[in-house]
Amino acid sequence: MTDDPLSPEINLIEARGLFKVFGQSPMASVERLRQGTSRDELRESGSTAAVIDASFAVRRGEIFVVMGLSGSGKSTLIRLVNGLLDPTAGSLLVDGEDIAGLSPKQLRRVCQDKVSMVFQHFALFPHRTVLENAAYGLEVKRADKHERSARAREALAMVGLDGWEDYLPGELSGGMRQRVGLARALASGTEILLMDEAFSALDPLIRREMQDQLMDLQQRLGRTILFITHDLNEAMRLGDRIAMMRDGRIVQIGTAEQILNDPANDYVAQFVQDVDRARVLTAASIMEQPVALLGSGAGPRAAHKLMRENQLAHLFVVDRHRRLVGTVHEADVAEAVKRAHDDLTDIIDRSPATVQGSMTLAEILSDSAESSVPLAVINESGRLLGVIAKVTLLNALSDNGTVDAPDSGVDGLSGPHAESVAVPGTPTGPLVSAESMNSSGGDS
Amino acid sequence: MGPLDALPRLQVGDAFTSVVEWIEGNLPWLLDTIKTVLKWAVNQLDTGLTYIPVLVTILALAAIGWYLRSWAFGVYTLGGFVLIANMDMWDESMSSLALVIVASVCAMGIAVPLGVAGARSHNVSRIIRPLMDMMQTMPAFVYLIPTLFFFSIGVVSGVVATVVFAIPPGVRLTELGLRQVDGEMLEAGQAFGASPWQVLSRIQIPLALPTIMAGVNQVIMLSLSMVVIAGMVGAGGLGGVVYEGVTRLNLSKGFEGGLAVVILAIYLDRLTGALADRAPVARALRVRSAAE
Repeated sequence: MTDDPLSPEINLIEARGLFKVFGQSPMASVERLRQGTSRDELRESGSTAAVIDASFAVRRGEIFVVMGLSGSGKSTLIRLVNGLLDPTAGSLLVDGEDIAGLSPKQLRRVCQDKVSMVFQHFALFPHRTVLENAAYGLEVKRADKHERSARAREALAMVGLDGWEDYLPGELSGGMRQRVGLARALASGTEILLMDEAFSALDPLIRREMQDQLMDLQQRLGRTILFITHDLNEAMRLGDRIAMMRDGRIVQIGTAEQILNDPANDYVAQFVQDVDRARVLTAASIMEQPVALLGSGAGPRAAHKLMRENQLAHLFVVDRHRRLVGTVHEADVAEAVKRAHDDLTDIIDRSPATVQGSMTLAEILSDSAESSVPLAVINESGRLLGVIAKVTLLNALSDNGTVDAPDSGVDGLSGPHAESVAVPGTPTGPLVSAESMNSSGGDS
Repeated sequence: MGPLDALPRLQVGDAFTSVVEWIEGNLPWLLDTIKTVLKWAVNQLDTGLTYIPVLVTILALAAIGWYLRSWAFGVYTLGGFVLIANMDMWDESMSSLALVIVASVCAMGIAVPLGVAGARSHNVSRIIRPLMDMMQTMPAFVYLIPTLFFFSIGVVSGVVATVVFAIPPGVRLTELGLRQVDGEMLEAGQAFGASPWQVLSRIQIPLALPTIMAGVNQVIMLSLSMVVIAGMVGAGGLGGVVYEGVTRLNLSKGFEGGLAVVILAIYLDRLTGALADRAPVARALRVRSAAE
């Protein structure tokens, strides 16, 4: 778990021990849940525990994704945040104010000023034009007509719908309708955006386009977004942090990489095995420290010794500031030693394959395939941050987490592949070189 | 001697009578107010409609029909109402029209709030439903008895009986329309901080308008069908004509009166239908079906 110390300055939404139970005497059900009654046992007595003891914090300016299958309670959770549902127990702070104790009127003010929402099936008003839909939040606030229209137009332009103001939602395609939904939320000017499976009803290409647009907008606007999805790829793509939810409980909170590489339990592990890891993991997340580095001033003998000691066929050469100069190869070094050269300058390969730490594995795949030596991961100033051998890359792509094979099936999930779960953990092995590829364990 | 004979005779009818008598004895101010207001409204409208020259009224009605629906409907209106005038039924038709309009407005005025209450609360709905069933299936003549007690012979009794008879479809269709509004629409309103009134007035009612208008249409049709029965209690108008035709076995007069009712009915039915089609949400639905 990676919940940071809770602090109101950076946490815009903060839930502590949140419960939502539907049914008779919900408070008694909460007590039973606290004492260890399971969700299924509770269901037998006619109560449905939608959210159980959820604690999380959404930081100002981040995209926080709640990921779970249907019935995991994620939709209920998001509806607690804007008061569409009342929590049964626990506290929920929005910008420091506890939503749970507010009167309907105060709650409406919070919805008008702080939290807006984008819906799965768009929930546009069919009898209002695109502009009137986008202006709805401001209309409810009784903003003045000119301001309403100006800000709605601005929001529509932001999502690329200028020129469509006078159309009716029924005349628009699905993707465009959801952009109206997004514009409606943006126009109301709230800092928090709740997005309830906002892109799930769209076909995959449009969905991807919308995700790009959302990330683009987020870079410009820096809103705080609570995004709900059942699509793990979407969660990994969008989320600065992700909360994995199952059967009403949050089972893990972390970055995409933390969840992929260090799943908290079997459930998460099973889940992430279907993720397109190539598009989620970055070079920086899988790179390793080079076993040995050669200073650019060193001679062939030093290089030869280092190679022998570490059983390496090549070395990365760096300058005083650890900036990458190039690579030297075993054969060249041996030749130089034989000829008693005392300078490496001539034999340094100065154009080794380099990648940036932020690149995804998909982006570095072809570089890795073409390079005879591990890829060098460098930062903007050319400093060597780490290396990625082919085996590391392949391992990362095929890796399914670090947990043991589950002994029982995980319900709610289809097709757990036992053999792929059994693969041992994160890319390891101190010795990393191109030759060691053959020994790569795996199911790749 | 069957076992049911052990049950003492329940005085259901007498109980109802005492309720009616209690109202008559204890709420005279209410009855008087209703009587005054309704009488005034019908008379004003009736006088207004007959005061305007016949041709002007006919042309105005035809123009409305043309504008709201089609030129063909305008032509129908013109022909129909000229026929009414030609049959010497003009004044009677206008007083029936006045009665129908007042009764329909009153019925919708009562039905919409009841429908809203029913849509908001299942408990209210459970109470309203059997009441509506009773009002709709009780033979219409039965309403005449208590209304005669309250308001005696005249147009007010006719209006009140008509209102009671016409309310049920208004309530039912209002409730149905509001309940049919997609729950996500209401959530969207609430999520942006709309008050219950804002949700009702700006989202629910506009979206339910086609169904509510169907209710208005039904209310008007039922009101028209009560016109003849209202004629029996002295409400005058076309009802009076038809009733006279029946009692005196005057076939031609009875038929002409009935024909005038039909012409009025078709006019009002098509007109309210056209109004429903002009609701923004109906336009939105057409747009969608055209796009898909």
